[in-house]
Amino acid sequence: MTAAPEHAPTLAQISLRDRLSPYAPLLLVPLLTVAGFVAVQNPASWLTLTVSGLAMGMMIFLMASGLTLVFGLMDVINFGHGAFVSVGAFVGISVLLTLGHLTNAPSLGLNLLAILAAVLAAMAATASMGWAFERVIVRPVYGNHLSQILVTMGGLIITEQLIIVLWGPEEIYFTRPEALKGALTFGDAAIEKYRLVAVVVGLSVFAAMRFVLRRTKIGLIVRAGVQNGEMVAALGYRLRLVFIGVFIAGSALAGLGGVMWGLYQEVITAHMGNQAMILIFIVVIIGGLGSVEGCFIGALLIGLLQNYVAFVEPKLALISNIALMVAILMWRPMGMIPVVKAK
Amino acid sequence: MIGSLLSGDLPRSKILVLLLAMILFCLAFAPFLFPGVRTVDTAARICIFVVLVASYDLLLGYGGIVSFAHTMFFGIGAYGVALTSTHMGRGFDALLVGAGIGASTAAALALLIGLFSLRVRAIFFAMITLAVASAVAVLFSQFSSLTGGEDGLTFKTPRALGPAFKFGQDSFDGELFGVKLNGKLLTYYLIFGSSAALFLGLLRVVNSPFGRVLQAIRENDFRAEAIGYRVVYYRVAATCMSAAVAALAGSLYAIWLRYVGPDTTLSMEIMINILLMVVIGGMGTMYGAVIGVTLFILAQNYLQTLMGVLAGMTEDLPLLPDLLSPDRWLLWLGVLFILSVYFFPSGVVGRLRGQR
Repeated sequence: MTAAPEHAPTLAQISLRDRLSPYAPLLLVPLLTVAGFVAVQNPASWLTLTVSGLAMGMMIFLMASGLTLVFGLMDVINFGHGAFVSVGAFVGISVLLTLGHLTNAPSLGLNLLAILAAVLAAMAATASMGWAFERVIVRPVYGNHLSQILVTMGGLIITEQLIIVLWGPEEIYFTRPEALKGALTFGDAAIEKYRLVAVVVGLSVFAAMRFVLRRTKIGLIVRAGVQNGEMVAALGYRLRLVFIGVFIAGSALAGLGGVMWGLYQEVITAHMGNQAMILIFIVVIIGGLGSVEGCFIGALLIGLLQNYVAFVEPKLALISNIALMVAILMWRPMGMIPVVKAK
Repeated sequence: MIGSLLSGDLPRSKILVLLLAMILFCLAFAPFLFPGVRTVDTAARICIFVVLVASYDLLLGYGGIVSFAHTMFFGIGAYGVALTSTHMGRGFDALLVGAGIGASTAAALALLIGLFSLRVRAIFFAMITLAVASAVAVLFSQFSSLTGGEDGLTFKTPRALGPAFKFGQDSFDGELFGVKLNGKLLTYYLIFGSSAALFLGLLRVVNSPFGRVLQAIRENDFRAEAIGYRVVYYRVAATCMSAAVAALAGSLYAIWLRYVGPDTTLSMEIMINILLMVVIGGMGTMYGAVIGVTLFILAQNYLQTLMGVLAGMTEDLPLLPDLLSPDRWLLWLGVLFILSVYFFPSGVVGRLRGQR
């Protein structure tokens, strides 16, 4: 009998650096606001820019969160996600326009009623569209990235053209309901009411998503599915049903984001989904595919950076997103909060 | 002879041989067979897009890399020629320098993007190229002092390539089979010749050991890496090569149109058309590019006419005329796109060669 090899267990202390590094991306948003303050140098404009950047970020987050979860769960990348944004905006704004007597009334309650109706209609429309999209377009191409990209791209083209058929080729201009017009002033800073609303809606959706994902059984299955779908399926959960649910919820969120984006810009075009798609992709890439928290941080970064740069050096705003993406990918090639996949 | 010219990659199907021979014949003698301005224009477009689509197929069909930045490279080549022709004056040297600068810029940009994004997952590359391409398109339309903005640039090509240049007055009386011998004819043959050379070059590339490694990577990158090929290097090399060829195709397009603008070279719509042409023709075969482009461009020209007729016939019905209006042809292409991915995954060439 040979003796067991000499083995002295050591207690290695995890360094502070290693402990903190997963949380490093969380620091980026406050860092960026500080950098923005240094660059802008005027507290009033800085406050305005920060709020509008946050509002923009929240809306991008609404549009992007569904896409990233869908990818994480079933490895399906949906290049047609932007279609839901456009459809949501068109349905929601049409409802608002037909309820003109409610939106023009100076009463806050009636305005909110109209907006609620618009949002519900848009979410219902995009949710059912998401269901159809999954059934008709995505289902035959599971597991084949190339076909997924091609087919969902086709879906985007068709939806965009159908919007033109149904609503006409012209862009639609409109004004926000009375209650959302105007701005609040804090000292010298004027903050549009609508941006505050967007921030509140975005934050509450994020909080709700976190609650569902962290505290409920279904959230547990979704998170486990994102980490390792095969194992979840092996444990007897019907991952496909969960996936379809997430797909529909993600589509509905994209629709909500579309309505809010439309109200933000006060003009909607059939191509808006296509344009939003680019921002959505950048956010999803820098967040780390499949990670909701990364998506949230990424969206805020993009929104803030775009607003600061547009104020300081307007021409550079066009490429600031790309520059941010390159910088983040150099730092963390899989995105800020990569989802570890056991594949 | 033909075997070595085609790099040993024969069409391997009688119908395909017939189709290709017919297309080649029509393109080679287009100005004499169909002496109309519009038809010759269509023929030149087919030549240029064959190169563009074939270079995209090198990425998509052989390398399995999905890129949305191909129109960006196409546009860079086109703007290269336009800018040198504007600043250096009209001349063949300007064209050559422009094409060279365009191709090398495109290759350098492809190298940059590739190094950043090809080492991670394929899907990343697709999204990153989409983002970069859209940013570049916006840049080109914003810096209007350099690029002419949305209006684009109109420029002059060498005198010998213009319609006013006549030749062969003494020997043929300035006409051959009833076709005027002028600079436009020369331009067509310049484009036809360059396109053919580039296409044969691409055929050479995909049938070389390099092309075989690319195919191996497409099938299973993990195994290819395990055998000892540096997958990233091969992917980056393929991206650069395809970008350079796309830029050259863009230069040819600029020479033919004597105009560049964001809509003709950089728009997303062209990117979607390229994807469709590759899918219809058949991914992973260079001949698929020829067939796909020819079918697509002919369809594009005649589908709209047909749709106009149909829309006129259904004028009294609700919604249908809107669906069938010639402006909505992209809608039907989208449907065609999805159907061909589902039911026709190997494209026309794959079908003709009898493989699924």
